[in-house]
Amino acid sequence: MVAQLVRLKLTLLANAFRRSVWQTIGLVVASLYGLAVLVLVVVAAVAGGTLDAATTGQVLTVVGGLVILGWWVVPIFAFGVDATLDPQRFVTFAIPRRRLLAGLAAAGVVSVPGAVTALAALGVSFAWWREPLALLAALVGAVLAVALCVVGSRATTTALAPLLDSRRYREVLMVVAVVPIVLIGPAFGWIAENVEKSVDGASVQVSVDGGSGAALGDAVGPLARLVAWTPFGAPWALPSAVHDGAWGLLVARLAVAVATLALVWLVWDRALARALVTPRGGAAAGAGKGLGWFSRLPATPTGAVAARCATYWVRDPRYAASIAIIPLLPVMMLVVGLTSGAGGSLMLVVAPLVAWLLGFGISNDVGYDSTAFALHVATGVPGRADRWGRVLPVLVVGLPLTVAFALVGCGVADRWDALPAMLGVSCGTLATSLGISSVVSARLVYPVPKPGESPFKTPQGATVATMVAQMAAMGIIFVLSIPTLGLALPAILLPQPALGWAALAVGAAAGTIVLVVGVRWGARVLDRRRPELLQQVMAFR
Amino acid sequence: MTDPTPSPGPAEPVPAAPPPDPSAALSLRGLWKRFGEKVAVAGMDLDVPTGSFFGLVGPNGAGKTTSLSMATGLLRPDFGTVGVHGTDLWAHPDEAKATLGVLPDGVRLFDRLTGAQLLTYAGLLRGLDRATVAERTEDLLAAMDLVADRDTFVVDYSAGMTKKVALASAMIHAPRVLVLDEPFEAVDPVSAANIRDILRAYVADGGTVVVSSHVMDLVQRMCSHVAIIAGGHVLAAGTVDAVRGEQTLEDRFVDLVGGRRESEGLAWLRSSSASS
Repeated sequence: MVAQLVRLKLTLLANAFRRSVWQTIGLVVASLYGLAVLVLVVVAAVAGGTLDAATTGQVLTVVGGLVILGWWVVPIFAFGVDATLDPQRFVTFAIPRRRLLAGLAAAGVVSVPGAVTALAALGVSFAWWREPLALLAALVGAVLAVALCVVGSRATTTALAPLLDSRRYREVLMVVAVVPIVLIGPAFGWIAENVEKSVDGASVQVSVDGGSGAALGDAVGPLARLVAWTPFGAPWALPSAVHDGAWGLLVARLAVAVATLALVWLVWDRALARALVTPRGGAAAGAGKGLGWFSRLPATPTGAVAARCATYWVRDPRYAASIAIIPLLPVMMLVVGLTSGAGGSLMLVVAPLVAWLLGFGISNDVGYDSTAFALHVATGVPGRADRWGRVLPVLVVGLPLTVAFALVGCGVADRWDALPAMLGVSCGTLATSLGISSVVSARLVYPVPKPGESPFKTPQGATVATMVAQMAAMGIIFVLSIPTLGLALPAILLPQPALGWAALAVGAAAGTIVLVVGVRWGARVLDRRRPELLQQVMAFR
Repeated sequence: MTDPTPSPGPAEPVPAAPPPDPSAALSLRGLWKRFGEKVAVAGMDLDVPTGSFFGLVGPNGAGKTTSLSMATGLLRPDFGTVGVHGTDLWAHPDEAKATLGVLPDGVRLFDRLTGAQLLTYAGLLRGLDRATVAERTEDLLAAMDLVADRDTFVVDYSAGMTKKVALASAMIHAPRVLVLDEPFEAVDPVSAANIRDILRAYVADGGTVVVSSHVMDLVQRMCSHVAIIAGGHVLAAGTVDAVRGEQTLEDRFVDLVGGRRESEGLAWLRSSSASS
């Protein structure tokens, strides 16, 4: 069983390389990137271990603990990302559960993240190459850690599978998951700065002993000692115990790690047993009330498309996730501004950014429709109605929102003189990106997560082709914004308020022109290419 | 009919097909479609008489879905023309599509809408006014036994309910021709009988229905006309009685398409079931 499932996984992996040229390129790039990071991590660990083994051990404990935690938690949010070994697929085969469990565990390592984790865990063990006994403990710990990663992630996903089967819970989770992902960057900045500060402070105190390594040790030490007692840090902390000669500690940490492994194995076993006899589905159905936007907007094809899009912006997690990001942007900018020393003036970036996010959000609208677009093809909706219907809800909600963000930005930065220029840039960006999106979404469709899938899932065949399409669209938006930016940037930076009013006029005029021309052009393209667009989205299935 | 078809390039078998029949509900002439190396539809000629209940049958991969997609404006043919009541579909798509109701197979619906919203959406896209849409939405929900689920999101519908709401949204603009790809798949027997009644009444009032199906029995009982297609060609077409002759439609189909195996087959399967 183990051999069969591992072979299955290897075949799936090999097939992924064969699927399309773009995907192969994407996979090769991803693999090279992973390999580079891997080498870097191992080299850094070995170098650190040579200089100061104790501190390196502590850092490894903290980082390793985060890795195991990540393995346990991330799949809950990014479910469906790798469903090749979904236990549901084995329900109809009469495989004894113990053998299935062992097979799935072994196959779990056979994936890009699994292989990277395993290689990294074994690689960083050689930080202890000077002490053979500690090295041995590190290798044992590494094996335990990888097992904890794989078995733990399977246990959490399988145990929570019944919960994830409920569509509504799943969709709320998808949108909520956006928050930590967006905040990772600023959080790291904040942590890095604090560590820096404490290191600075510490090095002043221990300057007699010298060496920033000892200072770092002082900063990480307490944290590492704490983490070493958790199931996530215990396997990584084995060699440190050997290094310190604390044999009792070694036994205790080993016990924590082994007991955790046994526990998650048991949880997984139970959850799998239940999953194998519980068919999917049967979750409560969601219900709406009345006709919603359809009864409020005009009863025309344009009004109908607008009502449908407005409904989707709220109800489809793929759209709702991008709305959820918007209130976080000012928070992010404030944190980054304060930590980097740029201060509140970074808030001026928020309004154009929000405008661009909203406008660019519909640049692959047909791709988001997926094959449901067949309704538009079969009914022969005029391209004009299709395009305006998609643009109007964003414009009606986005314009006041953008103005509000511009006002808040100028207020926080205390730059009321920059308001006209800000309004020109922001509103111009909104209109320009909507206009370009209208053309782009009629010309280019690229694969996106299908309706009902996690917004974080990278669909097959996307990667490079997607990036090229998006970069081209963004480039065009930028080029068309140059006249406005050319006036607005000097107006804000010099500052030159008179230019700001010119920027407002030019931004509004250029934006309106691009929007109207873009929608008309997009409508003409759509009228001509509707069946071809449908065939393209059908091919993504 | 103006015929904008580009003249076919290299040596193509050109049977002397009659010109498109303007009195027919659907009139396909010389339809070709190739996907990469595979020719899915190879020079199909077919007339669907107005007021007929037309069954399209064929083995898996015969080109049923491809030809129906081309006949309804969802897929552009490589060559050939499609006439809908005398209007050239691919030259004047908007006019032709207004008289067509389409139930495509294997496409999604806008499933974040409720059943009532989806029907309203389809109606408004067709340019109907609000009162008409509201009235027909109610009628269709009642006819499809979906009244209780009108405010349920389509994503939470069962496969059969999804099929029914898709069928309803194909009928909301009172088309003259209904083209339904596998309309009875996953639909429960009671709903299927109700749908058949609706379709029969529609045909009796002068409408035309084209259905594709695997179920020969159903086609023989339900349809007035039938076409058997395989390998992208029409093997036989006409009234059901003319096509099947003395045989059942199923036997005639197997005779025409071939592929029945007379061998002993999976001998071990029998012995294992006997031993258990």
